[in-house]
Amino acid sequence: MIETNQITYPGDGPITNEFCITICTVNGSGSATANHILYRTFFHMGIPTSGKNIFPSNIKGLPTFFVIRVSEKGYTGRQPHDDIVVAMNQVSFEKDMKYLPSGGVVFYGDHLVMPEEARTDLIYYPMPIKALMKEIEVPRKLVSFMENMLFVGIVGQVLGVPEEALESTVLSHFTGKPAVAESNFKTIKAGYEWAAANIVKKDRFTTKKLAPMTDYILTDGNNAGGIGSLFGGLQYCSWYPITPATSLVEAMIDSVDQLRIDPVTGKKTCVILQVEDELAAMGAAIGAGWGGLRSMTATSGPGISLMTENIGLAYFTETPVVIWDVQRVGPSTGLPTRTAQGDLSMLYYLGHGDTSHIILIPGTVTECFEFGWRSLDIAEHFQTPIFVLTDLDLGMNQWVTKKFEYPNAPIDRGRIIWEDELENIDGWGRYKDIEGDGIPYRTVMGNKSPKASYFTRGTGHNEFGGYSEDPDNWSRLLYRIEKKLKGAISHLPSPIITRSKEEDVEIGIIGMGSTDDAIRETQERLAEMGIHTDYMRVRSLPSSPTVREFIASHARNYVLELNRDGQLCEILSLEVSEYSQKLISLSEIGGMPMTAEWAIESIINQERKEGKRGN
Amino acid sequence: METKAVDLNLCGLALSDYKGNPSTLCPGCGHNAIAAQVQNAVWELGLPPENFIKISGIGCSSKSPNYFLNRSFGFNGLHGRMPTTATGACFADSSIHILGFSGDGDTASIGMGHFKHLIRRNVPMTYIIENNGVYGLTKGQFSATSDQGLVLKHQGVNMLPPLDMCMEALISGATFVARAYSGDAKQLKELIKAAISQRGIAIIDVISPCVTFNNKDDALQSYTWGRENEAPLHDFKHYQTQKDIDMEGFAPGTFREIKMDDGTYIVMKKLDKDYDPTDRNAALDLLTESYKNKYFATGLIYFSEATATIQERYDLPDEPMNRIGSDRLRPTQAMLDEINRALY
Repeated sequence: MIETNQITYPGDGPITNEFCITICTVNGSGSATANHILYRTFFHMGIPTSGKNIFPSNIKGLPTFFVIRVSEKGYTGRQPHDDIVVAMNQVSFEKDMKYLPSGGVVFYGDHLVMPEEARTDLIYYPMPIKALMKEIEVPRKLVSFMENMLFVGIVGQVLGVPEEALESTVLSHFTGKPAVAESNFKTIKAGYEWAAANIVKKDRFTTKKLAPMTDYILTDGNNAGGIGSLFGGLQYCSWYPITPATSLVEAMIDSVDQLRIDPVTGKKTCVILQVEDELAAMGAAIGAGWGGLRSMTATSGPGISLMTENIGLAYFTETPVVIWDVQRVGPSTGLPTRTAQGDLSMLYYLGHGDTSHIILIPGTVTECFEFGWRSLDIAEHFQTPIFVLTDLDLGMNQWVTKKFEYPNAPIDRGRIIWEDELENIDGWGRYKDIEGDGIPYRTVMGNKSPKASYFTRGTGHNEFGGYSEDPDNWSRLLYRIEKKLKGAISHLPSPIITRSKEEDVEIGIIGMGSTDDAIRETQERLAEMGIHTDYMRVRSLPSSPTVREFIASHARNYVLELNRDGQLCEILSLEVSEYSQKLISLSEIGGMPMTAEWAIESIINQERKEGKRGN
Repeated sequence: METKAVDLNLCGLALSDYKGNPSTLCPGCGHNAIAAQVQNAVWELGLPPENFIKISGIGCSSKSPNYFLNRSFGFNGLHGRMPTTATGACFADSSIHILGFSGDGDTASIGMGHFKHLIRRNVPMTYIIENNGVYGLTKGQFSATSDQGLVLKHQGVNMLPPLDMCMEALISGATFVARAYSGDAKQLKELIKAAISQRGIAIIDVISPCVTFNNKDDALQSYTWGRENEAPLHDFKHYQTQKDIDMEGFAPGTFREIKMDDGTYIVMKKLDKDYDPTDRNAALDLLTESYKNKYFATGLIYFSEATATIQERYDLPDEPMNRIGSDRLRPTQAMLDEINRALY
């Protein structure tokens, strides 16, 4: 645990483009747009930015927090302390200020009652929100939204954000709605002008415009994954609402009608269907995949639990389908609005009997887009369920990310064969390994050849789909599926390795998914402290030879992850068992995104222990 | 040498082109009779077997699709989940007719939710419940359609009342609901032909005796009870065209003719009672009465014009979705550029 009283700001000059603002409101009060305008303005100023919504599992009335981190250095992972607090909620007011180090800043609505023993080491800027609102003409029902716009103007002015930068963000946010844009900007401007006339700046935080980040966009992983799937030629998605996966499917619903118009007929080429539960979502996605459609579903841990029997069926019948698991905190209902990486072990071996699956793990938002289309190719190529594993932090929070890149490979439909091709294959059988790579040819419904049909079953079957209880046949089938999946490894996204500037360093850091920002910050800050590390981000399982080589070439590999048991470390220990003594698990679980502070402290503590061991 | 002429149907195929593998169910199982009638019905309709798929769940009933239509694709999936498989598969090629097979355990217990939602979605298909009022494959447990008071060897006396699957189908909004008896092959075949001719979902609850576990003479789903108590609502027949309808012996006002969505016809000839299968309330009354009075009414229980199917609720191309070329599935570079612009 990092205590805020241990943090001191270095030097005494301005602190430019390196701070964290937390906006504390009541959920349901309509602050989302205001937060959006503020962080997008920082991004438009060329400063790497992230926006994390720390929200309760509730619709209205509970405290909610929006955390904006701006970092010229590109450190946009979570920071455990705040630098600036915007307090709009009496209930959380006193607690909100506890996360500020000495010299931290508090903007607060002056309608809030200041706690009796308020800290004297903070800088306070009361904001006369209610009084200012009286001077601005807005419709009654919009008053609470506009109160939030006022703080955007005030905070922006004090932090040196140019008024034009705020204006252009508002205009682009409300494209096509000039009247709405005008009333919002009018309110922001009122706050801005009031601050310019009335606030004497006492704090050190400020911003400076940098070169625009023209190769980047600002969005969330669920939006990216949904759009990526549509660019992957997705034809069918059945789903059931669950936080934090819902917005992935809703992103598709929002854009499917524009993106998926058949150039030939003008009709739609993708069906999105909400069904009665996750069992149905998975069952229907399998029905579509079996029928020859590019098919997927999206859910979170509890939904995966319900889908499990069906996923085993898809694995065993060799039906292509993609399943997105946007993780939240489990077990059980757990923390539905908080983030974790706790589903990895479950997914990897999901299902009864001998099962194992391919898992793709995007670590950036733009990778969510890429894995969206790529996962459909991999599923059809290898005729198996493919998991794409993200989490609430990557899926629902805002990240500056590389622009989405157009798929650089044509759509891969795998070995689907139609009437003519079937004629050219002697003795075809649905489960016959003709090419010797474990991947059979498959026919699908609607194939008019009398030879095309077969009987798909979850029971033991021979190469032609016929029922079989023969021991040798069963064993052959299971080993062929294993061979097929092993053959897939070289087709999966390979790990990304960020080497130290030093040669032959002893320490490796291994991570996956949404912790990438925090770990990159960790690696750089450790290097500044003289601790040099190489960092490998695993992007798929089963693991590749590259992962093995990385582990083998470091004396100590710290596996950083957000779960109790160190699940990635456990899996790697099994897959790279001869080097398992080189793996050290550092995991934490509390429902919050990883911080570099935690990772640095954990690694340093462990290194001390290792050092003692060496003595 | 004389060769016996083989009967060919409209598409030039013999009945043997519609056969399946030899049944592994118990000799005398009601499900075998259903398998035979599905085969006959599809052959008589003159449709190629490649135009059908067979989807089932788990249980004796769900094994049965293996015993007919070998030239149709089949999917024997999970217990109770047949409706979900059908939901996804229906979008792959809307010209293919789905035949769903399920039992009373599959549909009335573990899959009840899916059954009702499938009907609500109106997935176009023929859904045959092979209802024997008992779990056969696990050797004799009560199902949700077992009669109250039924006695089974290890189970004792069934204390709970049965569910009526026709009633469940009706209140879920099905527009074609029939009850049949696997011992009445002729009527069953005609009902299957009519169900296939209907555009939306068609439910046929077939009382199909389990000779091993639930065939005591007084049991609701036994052969003896069925034979002695079956009371057809009408003499039901399906015709390919209107001119095939044989009017002889039909006094005016004693029959009803309905044109199906595919242009074929059904004719219901009045028997001893008046029954209007287009009156939903009358259908509900009939089902309530028949359970109360142990009256085994069979035939078309309810029929109305099909509402929009789930496929029709999407603006999809007419051609099979699973044959659309990859070049038509990927949005353009310009569309991606626009997305990137909007997210800046």
